Amino acid sequence: MVLELQNITMQFGGVVAIDNLSFGVEAGQIYGLIGPNGAGKTTLFNIVTGNYIQTKGKVKFNHEELSGLKPNMIVQRGIARTFQNIRLFKSMSVLDNVLIGFHNQANYTYFESILRLPRYFLYEKKLKNDAMEILERFGIAKYANTNASSLSYGNQRKVEIARALATNPKLLLLDEPAAGMNPNETEDLSQIIKNIKDEYGLTILLIEHDMKFVNNMCDKVLVLDYGEEIFEGKPSEAIVDEKVVAAYLGDFKHA
Amino acid sequence: MKAIKLSFLAVAIVFVWFAQNHFDPYAVSILNNIAIFAILALSYNLINGVAGQFSLEPNGFVAIGAYVTALFLIPAETKLDMFALEDPTPFVLAMHTSFLPALIMSGVVASVLAFILSIPVFRVRGDYLAIVTLGFGFIIRIFAMNQPTMTNGALGLNDIPDNANLYWTGFTMIVTFVIMLNIIYSKYGRAMKAVRDDEDAATAMGINTFWIKTYAFMTSAFFEGVGGGLMASLLTTIAPDQFTFLLTFQLLIIIVLGGLGSMSGTILGAILVMGGTEWLRFLDQNMDIFGYNTGAHPGLRMVVFSILLVILMLFARRGLFGNKELTDIFRRNK
Repeated sequence: MVLELQNITMQFGGVVAIDNLSFGVEAGQIYGLIGPNGAGKTTLFNIVTGNYIQTKGKVKFNHEELSGLKPNMIVQRGIARTFQNIRLFKSMSVLDNVLIGFHNQANYTYFESILRLPRYFLYEKKLKNDAMEILERFGIAKYANTNASSLSYGNQRKVEIARALATNPKLLLLDEPAAGMNPNETEDLSQIIKNIKDEYGLTILLIEHDMKFVNNMCDKVLVLDYGEEIFEGKPSEAIVDEKVVAAYLGDFKHA
Repeated sequence: MKAIKLSFLAVAIVFVWFAQNHFDPYAVSILNNIAIFAILALSYNLINGVAGQFSLEPNGFVAIGAYVTALFLIPAETKLDMFALEDPTPFVLAMHTSFLPALIMSGVVASVLAFILSIPVFRVRGDYLAIVTLGFGFIIRIFAMNQPTMTNGALGLNDIPDNANLYWTGFTMIVTFVIMLNIIYSKYGRAMKAVRDDEDAATAMGINTFWIKTYAFMTSAFFEGVGGGLMASLLTTIAPDQFTFLLTFQLLIIIVLGGLGSMSGTILGAILVMGGTEWLRFLDQNMDIFGYNTGAHPGLRMVVFSILLVILMLFARRGLFGNKELTDIFRRNK
């Protein structure tokens, strides 16, 4: 188990956003997290990344407990994420956006950058090459010096994933990667995600509403409704599960 | 690219040398003023423009820098004569060094204070940060007012040895400029911009945003302290009332005019604001327009200056340079 959640409960005041949820993601899996709006999927992401502190329960990453670590520390352990609504650094170029992801791998101090000592040049050059390599993998190297906010929506999504990849993660959390994309872009993206997963040896946990995408991508899905697990298993089985259908479309039998 | 940068640097150095030796004292004093305000505004732009932390405390750091340098420069006998309200503490009396260490100490004291301050200050963001830092500026001034054993209270300090000249101010400005650019074009500068654009996303990239903000704040404070020291030595007299919020405000005008986040723009802003108020001085005096004497209108220049600022900001919303540097313009043409 790369990621293991044990009895996670998250309460916001009186509202129980996640209720006693346990599941595990195994190495190399693409694990889907689906469910209607407000089911607690993004809340779960925020707990794993340390943005929220769960009311109860434990999060373990490679058998090490994450609770209490600051979000930036968790990134350094190897968990990177993208956001539901794209959050690029708007005033910066695409290349700089990816270089931000390399922040902790640039091993020079503040004074070395002020005095422009050799290590500054060494790491800047190396990381710029690495960043360009990632951009090429996503097919957006030609936009390296364009402002990130002037890219198309689909390309901005790619920059966001490229940026997360630059932090050298073992586990990648993607929050609705295909949202707002047309079928061609979605197809393109799922191919890229599969490729990088194999090349970088990643484990991926993703939230998505596009069931075709989920079906095509995920080895396993967890369906949430009102913070509770209603199904765990193969995506093809999920879409015919009675409870899952009821959660999405309403329960006709008892209506 | 490198050749362009070096030639800019060479021109600036030659200009400083030429101005100090050949310009008349009035012109030199204006240039001194521009250089000092450029140093202060450059460092202020790092925390406000680059790191995007809207803070209003530079008058506090400038005051600290000015007092530290002044106390280090004034000889002990002069201090005993000068401190009219109460005798100086033995520590203050014993402080004495030459100019360069005094300036460095000014910077160090200011940045140590910035470090202590950053712990409570960066718990808040945005407007709240502005208010908290504004308070700090007030505290420093009131402290200077009410510590007669250290600062000679409201009387201020006089007879500060005038070691500063255009070499000091001009070269410090150039050094500040280069250091700021070196920071901006490094992983720390990138991280500062990331914090400005989206702090949560920056955290999600593994950046410790508190430390990045603190780096920016301490660096900014260091050069504000040094600039304050230069100012003290140049004016030879300082008093708490020089370091009111108006000083911060002047710096804010410079960096907004030049472009938040642009160091080249800041230099241009300093030249326009400090030079412009001098150049418009003719408006305050008697003028003959086609034989009609307008009479003297003291203060007219500030009215005209303010109108010019409004017009400039209407046509260049994001400042003269936006967040670009002079070198970026050359880069694009290539």
